[in-house]
Amino acid sequence: MNTPVSSMAWVLLGSFIGSFGAVLLKAGARRLERNLPALLKNWRLAAGVGAYVLSSVFFVLGLRNGELSILYPMVSLSYIWTVFWSKTFFGEKLTSTKFYALGLILLGVALLGMGTR
Amino acid sequence: MIQATAIQSTAEQKRRSILLVVASTFISAVAQVLIKTGANRIAPHPGFVTTLFSLVLIPSLFAGYALYGVMTVILVIALRHGELSVLYPVIALSYIWVAILSVLIFHESMNGFKIAGIALIIAGVAVLGRGSEA
Repeated sequence: MNTPVSSMAWVLLGSFIGSFGAVLLKAGARRLERNLPALLKNWRLAAGVGAYVLSSVFFVLGLRNGELSILYPMVSLSYIWTVFWSKTFFGEKLTSTKFYALGLILLGVALLGMGTR
Repeated sequence: MIQATAIQSTAEQKRRSILLVVASTFISAVAQVLIKTGANRIAPHPGFVTTLFSLVLIPSLFAGYALYGVMTVILVIALRHGELSVLYPVIALSYIWVAILSVLIFHESMNGFKIAGIALIIAGVAVLGRGSEA
């Protein structure tokens, strides 16, 4: 089995949606209260879980016709989105160390893409 | 995450954190194998709705994601007592387990590009862990 570009595109879309899951869970966790009615009204948590389920559907869509050894590491692209959302939504600092880290991950994913035939 | 690292932890607790994270990386690799096994059972070019229902209806897919949930809980417990700069590279171990299991179980090929790609991603995740602590 090799991995078609369409499979990589599905996983890329999944990782993008999954990164919103992380943002929503973080936003929901900030407003966490230890009682059931408040927990049920915490739409951010529910939306976060929903985003993860949605990203799983796209991951499985891609995985159906591709290799696990290529597509699983490609999910690490979500680190890239997450670092940018952390700055955008939570004001976390984007340090040069983080920038180098994202460069390494991006290069790694590019090499993986070349590793399928 | 920031509050979690501020908790005072003993050396024993930190050691246990690392062991828990190593265990959770292996569990998440097993979960990926289950997910791939389940994905292979879906018709060749599935649509969105078919895939969504498959997450619940195909036992190995469901088991894979359930295991993923368990793994996440273990990881959250482990992260309370560990330094992120140590735990991040350990988390990246899952890429190595998945590569090994993909070759052993699904007979996927390994080549220089794949190995270099995985190595760079692991390095990237490790560096990201250091950047988060600064």
